[in-house]
Order: sequence, then structure tokens, then C-alpha cells
Amino acid sequence: MQNKTITESLIASNGWMPKAASTFAPNIDGLFNFILYGSILLFVGILIVTALFIIKYRKRPGYSPPSGPHITHNTFLELAWTVPPLILTIFIFYWGFTGFLDMAVAPKNSLDISVTGKKWMWQFEYKNGTKTLGEIVVPVNTPVSLIMSSEDVIHSFYVPNFRIKRDVIPNRYTKQWFEATRTGTFQIFCTEYCGDGHSQMLGVIRVVSADDYEKWLANAGSADDGLPPEKLGEKLYTSKGCVACHSVDGTNKIGPTWKGLFGKTRAYAGGSTVADENYIKESIENPTAKVVTGYQPVMPSFKGLLNDKEIAGVIAYIKTLK
Amino acid sequence: MSESLPGTNYINAVSGIKSWLTTLDHKRIGIMYLLFIAISFGLGGFFALALRLELLNPGQLIVSAKQYNQLFTLHGAVMVFLFIVPSIPASLGNFLLPIQLGAKDVAFPRLNLASLYLYVFGAAFCVYSMVSGAADTGWTFYTPYSSTTDTSVISMTLGAFILGFSSIFTGINFIVTVHKMRAPGMSWFKLPLFTWSLYATAIIQVLATPVLGITLLLLIVERLVGIGIFDPALGGDPVLFQHFFWFYSHPAVYIMILPAMGVMSELVTTFSKKNIFGYKMVAFSSIAIAIISFLVWGHHLYVSGQSDYADMIFSFLTYLVAIPSAVKVFNWIATLYNGEIELKAPFLYFIAFLFLFTIGGFTGIMLASLSLDVHLHDTYFVVAHFHYVMMGGTVMAFLGGIHYWWPKMFGKMYSEKAAIVAWFFIMAGFNMVFFTQFILGTKGMPRRYYSYLDQFQPLHAFSTVGTWVLTVGFLIMAFYLVESLLNGEPAGDNPWGSLGLEWTTQSPPITENFADTPHIIHGPYDYDKVKLS
Repeated sequence: MQNKTITESLIASNGWMPKAASTFAPNIDGLFNFILYGSILLFVGILIVTALFIIKYRKRPGYSPPSGPHITHNTFLELAWTVPPLILTIFIFYWGFTGFLDMAVAPKNSLDISVTGKKWMWQFEYKNGTKTLGEIVVPVNTPVSLIMSSEDVIHSFYVPNFRIKRDVIPNRYTKQWFEATRTGTFQIFCTEYCGDGHSQMLGVIRVVSADDYEKWLANAGSADDGLPPEKLGEKLYTSKGCVACHSVDGTNKIGPTWKGLFGKTRAYAGGSTVADENYIKESIENPTAKVVTGYQPVMPSFKGLLNDKEIAGVIAYIKTLK
Repeated sequence: MSESLPGTNYINAVSGIKSWLTTLDHKRIGIMYLLFIAISFGLGGFFALALRLELLNPGQLIVSAKQYNQLFTLHGAVMVFLFIVPSIPASLGNFLLPIQLGAKDVAFPRLNLASLYLYVFGAAFCVYSMVSGAADTGWTFYTPYSSTTDTSVISMTLGAFILGFSSIFTGINFIVTVHKMRAPGMSWFKLPLFTWSLYATAIIQVLATPVLGITLLLLIVERLVGIGIFDPALGGDPVLFQHFFWFYSHPAVYIMILPAMGVMSELVTTFSKKNIFGYKMVAFSSIAIAIISFLVWGHHLYVSGQSDYADMIFSFLTYLVAIPSAVKVFNWIATLYNGEIELKAPFLYFIAFLFLFTIGGFTGIMLASLSLDVHLHDTYFVVAHFHYVMMGGTVMAFLGGIHYWWPKMFGKMYSEKAAIVAWFFIMAGFNMVFFTQFILGTKGMPRRYYSYLDQFQPLHAFSTVGTWVLTVGFLIMAFYLVESLLNGEPAGDNPWGSLGLEWTTQSPPITENFADTPHIIHGPYDYDKVKLS
């Protein structure tokens, strides 16, 4: 169920590439198509010439190859297949290089968002202090600059629809900017292998109108006010990334399932306890305190990422999972 | 031995296991390498089948996420370090290089045997890693993941470290042999192109492999002693590891592909009975590739945050290395012109290489482009490109070489019909598996993913089914090759009518290769000057 996505389909597009959604995409897609169709043309040429030679010069009764010395040099031919490809590749190099430079420097007026990658989640922080997990909301037609760092191993921030990717490295900042050209919900992948939860280290970018963005930013965090606790918990289960490691249907993932968790006796190194409200709160804020036997101490702390009301919501949601 | 084979040869000259384990004969060492390399290929292939099976659907099918990560690590490490790096040079190269030079053996026969023992010793470490909490770092061992994971990284890297020495020993041996052991009349420009390519490969092996050794040693030191080199938690720089690693591993890609190009030149001349078009261009392009290959490692780091100027230079140099590879392809095709082409099994693999490697090359042009690589980097597109070059290129040429020199090595013929059937399965299966992955990659499917978005499922499933077709092809091949050893027809000394020096001696050759020192009067491809009766 973790794979049911709310993001725009990457497969559904007319060309090879996913549907473009950033200012970079047209130039990059143009280069891709140029190389693709050039390659197809050359490939078919090679195919035809080789096939013709094999048919025409195959050994068969009644055929004998021309006698006399073999042609082993032809200066014109050799220049013809060396120099034009060289010029062509230098042209392709130049196209890719200039496109790359455009992606390297963010415009001065861009909106800064800091990104933290850690096993196995994406955390975002806006200038006004708003923090989100696994989801960023950005205004359309506005340059956005991501200042990224990792808390553990190397990750990589990838948005196929935007054609952007940048490694996220511990102890160092890397930058990536983009300008979304249309509203929608787009997929974020981690593309640097980072361990057991690598393929669950997903996120979404929600591109909205400038007005909606301002509204969202003003209300961020309080939009869930009206929800009953168990509904809030269910929402957080996906939006805060719990889903990456905990199932709600009984299957074992990186962490124990939440199904039937409440009230169960949990054995950990050095003791056991019944999973009550306090145990769940402790497991969210200080996950390595009591690691259930058979699991690795890999869960990051969510202290400060969830407020008391949200923790209560998660507990209420777990209680509903019988 | 079958009665119809010549009386004495390198296989039956002495008998008993001990005579094989202590042999100094380059041919026996080559055959033992071939056996171990085939076993490694089977093992790596088994891992590939298992991981592709897991990817049949997005959820858990046969293994957990951790086991899947171990599977792709083992697949990569076994295929790269145990199979493809030694594949052509250590097996076919060992067997053929001295014979193609008209020599009795390599320059240092004991060093040659030592390299085989080091290979087995290094492989033992890798196998130990497999059974004691197999490494889950990917074959690239990127830090700081590899300095912090709790799997057995040390034994795997130590294995790769030892295998590196095996590779260096072979390289040194080949360089000296080519310089000092050529038969009278065997000038540099009469060397077979296979020998030229082995020579270029040996240079890279000797110059690049020590860097990998030192890098892996530094990684081991960091894990064991806690000295901060790559791990930022200890004050190290994780991207430094990537530079060190690719400084070896990019030239290593050419260690893998150059010998394959050498095989291609042998196949195209023998099966078209033509002199090679542009001998010197083909020979020198090997050397050019070997040199430029040292200066392109940074193209693996376009999105790592290295300087934009470095990115620019690496991209430019990468395009330069594409040219000599393209020149070779054009030369091979031009060689076919006015030839007398026989569509035998080895030549089918020549065709397979020509097409698959060209696709690998074109997609390499895409990946070398800075802005386009940002999108394609670390997706299935890279996986597909790599396999088109390495499997579509090197493995196809290796198979072509095995089919071509099989009668020389063992004195027996295999079933041509079965070989053609196997070729069709391998070509169909290969393209099913990997062409699909080009599509997955451009759509944004990241590599090394245990699970994936549901929308990718049909393409993943098709790719997985391809691995089964591929397996059928390899099983047929294993069957008819073993069958030929048992019941094959005697091949004769020169079943293909080749002018290569190795075809002038008996099949299988005698221990000393030639009864008398050969005197070289014509080049290996002089089909226009020399007529075989």
C-alpha cells in the first residue's frame, strides 16, 4: 500500500521522459531527443551497411571475392568517420555544459528551503521556521533554492518531472534550484543508495499557486485542527513517513507492524513492557531506548517533529489497528 | 583421450591433479582460470536471477530489503572482480598471448601461477563475506555507508584488494612477454590485434589497480582503527572515496572492454578472410583509450557537488574517449567489405557485440552530457547502459572468443546448430532484460530500489522474464560445450582457415606450443597475400 501514490504518473507521457514541470526540462529534453534521433539514424545506418555487406559478401557457391590486395586504408573515409563525429560530440558537450551551468546558479530572488536527508526521510524547513516531513509545498513560477545536507550517509534528491538531482552529503551543503512551471504533485526519490529503507525514502513536491502557497505557509501545521485524533494519526502515518518502516496490515518491514501493537507485550534487550501510551510516546521521541528484539536500532527520533497533539493522534490511530 | 586427437598435447602430457596445481604452462593456467571464471559467472548470474525475481512485483516476494541489498552487492562484486576483470585476459589471454607471439610461455611462468592462486585466495575472502553477513554496500562501497554498515565489508574489500594483485601480476607478465618474447620476425606491427589489446589492458592493470588497493586498504583502516579518512563523523570526506574509487574503476571499465575489442578484430578478419581495415588505427586507438581512460573518472560525480569546472573538463574528455571506440566499430564494418563472410557461431557473437556495444556507446553519449546526466544519473538508465557495454560488449566478445578458440584449446568441435539456438535465446533475453531498463531509467526509476512505485511494475516484470530467457540460452550453451568435450568431433589444427599464428600449431597445442621456433613471414591478417591450401 505504500506504493499507492498521490503523485503524477511518471509513465504516462507521450515521449520517453516524464511530463516536464520545470524551466530546465525543455532544454534537457531537447538534448535528449537530439542525441536519441541522431543515434537512431546512425544506428540504422550501421545496421543497413553491415547487413548489406553480410548478404553481399557471404561465402556461397559461385561467389569469389575480388582478388588483389585488400583495401586497408582510405584517408577520406577515415577522416569522414572521425572528424564529423568529433565535431558532433563537441557540439553535444557544449549543449549539455551550458544547460548544466543554468542549473548551477540560483537566481538572487529565489525562495530558500533547507533540506535534511536522513535514513530514511526528507525533512524540510522554511525561513519562517515551518518544518515539514516528506512533503514540500512551493509556489508555481517562482525560483526555489534548496540548501541540502545529510545527517548520516549520502543521499540524493531527485525529482524526475523537474529533471533535477543533487547528492545530499553529510558535513557539507549542496545546492539545487528549480522553478516549477505548472501546479501539481510530483515525486521525490532518493537516488543514492542508503540502506534498507532506500526505496522508501520518498517524498512529494506540491506545486501550488502563489496565493495558495501564502495561505498554506500561514496555516502550516494548524490545518489539521478540525480532525479527530485517530484521523490525524492516520494522516501523519503517511505524511510524516512512518509508512516507510511500519505496516498497518501485519507485514514486517524495517520496523514492527502497528497492527495489534497496542496492549501487546514487547520484549527488548534487558526487559519487556506492555505497549501502552507511554511506551509509544517514548518509542517516537527516543526510539533506541527499547528496541524490540529482532529489529535494528535504526529509527530516528521524532522529538520536535511531532507536537503532543500529533503524538496523541498517532497513539489513537494505532489503537484503531486491531 | 580420444584416439583421433594427436598423441601428445598440453592436456595429456602429464596427468594427475598435482600436475595441474603445480603447472607452469600458461595454457593450463588459462584453462583453470576459464573454469573459475565460468563458476563465478554462474554465481553472479544466480544472484542476478534472484534479485530480478524479487523485483517481479513491488512488495516482498522472496527476500527482505536487507537481503536484496546484499544480493545486488554480491552480483556486482562477483561479476566485476571475479568475472569480468579477469575474464578475457586471464583465460583466453593467458592461453593465447604466448602462442600468438610464437613464444613457449609467458615471461614469468611462476608469477603467472601465483596470480591464479591469488585469484582463488581473493575469491575465498569474497565467499567468506557472502556466508558471514554479506556486504550490503553495492559493489562501489561508497562511504560513509560502507564505513558504518554492520555487514562484512572488510572481508569483501580485502578480497577485492587481493584480486587486484592477481590482476597486477597478470599485467606485468603480459607487458614483459610482449616486449621480450616475440618470435623472430614478429615486429610490433605484425602483432595480432588481440595481443595489442591485451598489451594496452596490461598497462591499465599495472597503473590503476594499485589505487584501488590503497583505497580499499584506507577503508579497512578506517573501519578497524577509526582513523577518519572518508567518514565525516570522524572528520573524513566521503566524496574523496568516490574520486579514489573511480580513479581505478573507470580505467577498469577499459580493462574489461579493450580485450573484448581485441577479440572482435580477430573474429572479423578470420570470418571475412580479409585484412583488417586500418590496422594501426585499431592498434593505436587501444593505446589512446588506455591513456584517456585515466582522465575521465569525474564523470561519475556530476551530481556529487564537485566543482562545475571539474565537471566541464571531465565531460569534455569523456567525449574524446568516445571517438577511438567509434573508429574501431567503423573499421570492423569496413573490414567486411569485399570479404568472404562465413556466418559461424563466433561471427554471430561479433554481430551481437557490434549492435549491443553501439547501443551502449550511444547511451554513453547521453550520460556524458552534463545537463542530461543530472536526470539519468543513478537511474535504471545507467544500469542498462553499463550492461549493454559490459555484457553486450565484453561478454559477447568473450563468448565469441570461447567459440572461436574452443577447438584450439580442446581440439574438439561443439554443435554449431545448438550454438545458433543458444545465441538467439541470449540475444532475445538480453534485450528484454536491459532495453526495458532504458525505458524505466528515462521515466525516473532509481537504481538499487527494493520496492518501487506500482506504475513501474509491468516494465519490471518484463525485464524479469527476460532473465529467464537469457538463462535458457546459457544453459543450452553450457550443455553443448560440455557435450563437445565428451563427444565432440576432432577439430583439426585450423578449422576456420585462419592465418593467425596460433592456428599453425596443433590442436590442442603441445606443451611447448611449437615444435620449432616459428619464423614470422606474414602478418596475421594477410589474406590477400597468403593462400591457405
